[in-house]
Amino acid sequence: MAYLSKALLVAAALALAACSSPDRFGGAGAGAGAGGVAGSAQDPSSPLYFQQAVGDRVLFAIDQSNLSPEAIATLDGQARWLMSNRGFNILIEGHADEQGTREYNLALGARRANAVREYLVSQGVAAGRVDTISYGKERPLEICSEEACYAKNRRAVTVVSAGPVG
Amino acid sequence: MTRYLLVLLVALFVPSAPLLAQDGGPLRIEITEGVIEPLPYAVPDFVADGVSGQEYARQIAEVVASDLNGTGLFRQIPAEAHIARVTSFSSPVQFSDWKAINAQALITGAVSVDGAGRLVVRFRLYDVFAGQEIGQGLQFVGTGEGWRRMAHKVADQVYSRLTGEDPYFDSRVVFVAETGPKDAREKRLAIMDYDGANITYLTGAESLVLAPRFSPTGDRVLYTSYETGHPRIYVLDVASAGRQVLETPGASMSFSPRFAPDGRTVVYSLTQGGNTDLYVMDIASGRSQRLTSAPSIETAPSFSPDGARIVFESDRSGTPQLYIMPASGGEATRISFGQGRYGTPVWSPRGDLVAFTKQSKGRFHIGVMRTDGSEERLLTASFLDEGPTWSPNGRVIMFTRETQGAQGRSGLYSVDITGRNLRPVPTPTGASDPSWSPLQN
Repeated sequence: MAYLSKALLVAAALALAACSSPDRFGGAGAGAGAGGVAGSAQDPSSPLYFQQAVGDRVLFAIDQSNLSPEAIATLDGQARWLMSNRGFNILIEGHADEQGTREYNLALGARRANAVREYLVSQGVAAGRVDTISYGKERPLEICSEEACYAKNRRAVTVVSAGPVG
Repeated sequence: MTRYLLVLLVALFVPSAPLLAQDGGPLRIEITEGVIEPLPYAVPDFVADGVSGQEYARQIAEVVASDLNGTGLFRQIPAEAHIARVTSFSSPVQFSDWKAINAQALITGAVSVDGAGRLVVRFRLYDVFAGQEIGQGLQFVGTGEGWRRMAHKVADQVYSRLTGEDPYFDSRVVFVAETGPKDAREKRLAIMDYDGANITYLTGAESLVLAPRFSPTGDRVLYTSYETGHPRIYVLDVASAGRQVLETPGASMSFSPRFAPDGRTVVYSLTQGGNTDLYVMDIASGRSQRLTSAPSIETAPSFSPDGARIVFESDRSGTPQLYIMPASGGEATRISFGQGRYGTPVWSPRGDLVAFTKQSKGRFHIGVMRTDGSEERLLTASFLDEGPTWSPNGRVIMFTRETQGAQGRSGLYSVDITGRNLRPVPTPTGASDPSWSPLQN
């Protein structure tokens, strides 16, 4: 229970942060303002539903950018959601754990974001709806210095970045 | 913002004493021989010529001592142990008083303010046991607010004369100042004297910034910023803090920039379709040329001092390793073969060594190797050391050290290339990604 509420809090914080500029981690004001993610988790066409029910992230092995079967299952769900909610664009953020140099991790994060991008596009998502960015090791989600945290930080997160058009 | 400083070097009028010393050679520290016992020296407070020089007289002597002590090559004999008091810069030195406390070198100085309100600093360096001056006395003239630079120039002269090495104290460091928790860290570009004094912030905290690098003359800084949302390279003019983006059309990301020795060309990493390769750009025309074409990651490039070659990091072999290629691209030669992963290579100002970050068995090291990969030596070890930068004279390396865990914090450290004298560099906040300027003029 405690774990669940923490996860929801983290998800909510991310959702709120997503409303600011693409560099949503850079500003002090990230997270301010209500209603950053439209709709509710019960509304299947809402970004919040995408984030929480579909699953907005996939994880990677150390130094790797290839997609695990688990990751592919998540991305299949993302692709289906994006195909039926065509008004949304996405920004895929690639991240690395803190082991490794800053530059290498930036490049590695870009590889991971691109692996997700290529898969989603291969499943029919229009390439023009997809943007990628790498944060390298700059924005860990978990901050302990152990594999349990590193495993969650080696991630690509699909952020639904724009409201539906029309 | 601009710290205008006029520094004139004027040799004081002295009969140029021949550099003869007691039985066999001048007073000299041979660093390469490995200094076990630091050289004992005394630097009494400088003499204030007139009331106006008084506030600087002690401070300047303190900064000179701090520079010298910080090298680990010199041991200051505290003022309490001094027998003699220097009350006049021009009076003859009573060498016996300094011999008695075993001061091998003695630095005396005088501070005054001239008619134009400029600060005038004079100094002399003595070989106590030979009973003679080492080199000529010098005079520096500058603004009052430049007093620390004048102190660094005095210390640079002393260091050079006693070690035979080029100086490095009158230099600056550009770095990333860090505040906030590990998962929401704010980063700003900052610049300071090499010893942590005179800090100035060059950017606000609204955008993530990474890895600044000085130009060969220290007038500009390259860095990477998320200002537009995506990582882009900027070039910033240090004096005005004005900046311009280096356009890299079609790239999802450009980063890891470094100047060529000509100051006009930048080598950098560009990411397209998830693949990162190396490019060079002529800043004036904005035209880029591709240097590598491989599905692997190519990043962290650094020019040789003659501009002919580039050392960089690539995982083309499966793990990150170091390679050297011609500056125009072409075949690259791998130079790192030890166990572990190698990154962030930086060519030394002397051209003979490459400093790097090494990750091995869960630890990080700063190390140096010759440019053919031989004679690898690891200088540090910790949970996370990375990103070496060379002092202007190639004797000292500064780098980032981050501590472990949720409360982990980044700071700057320096270490001698012999592996001795590991020291934290004081910064008011967390700090990372240092880049050391050339010696100032």
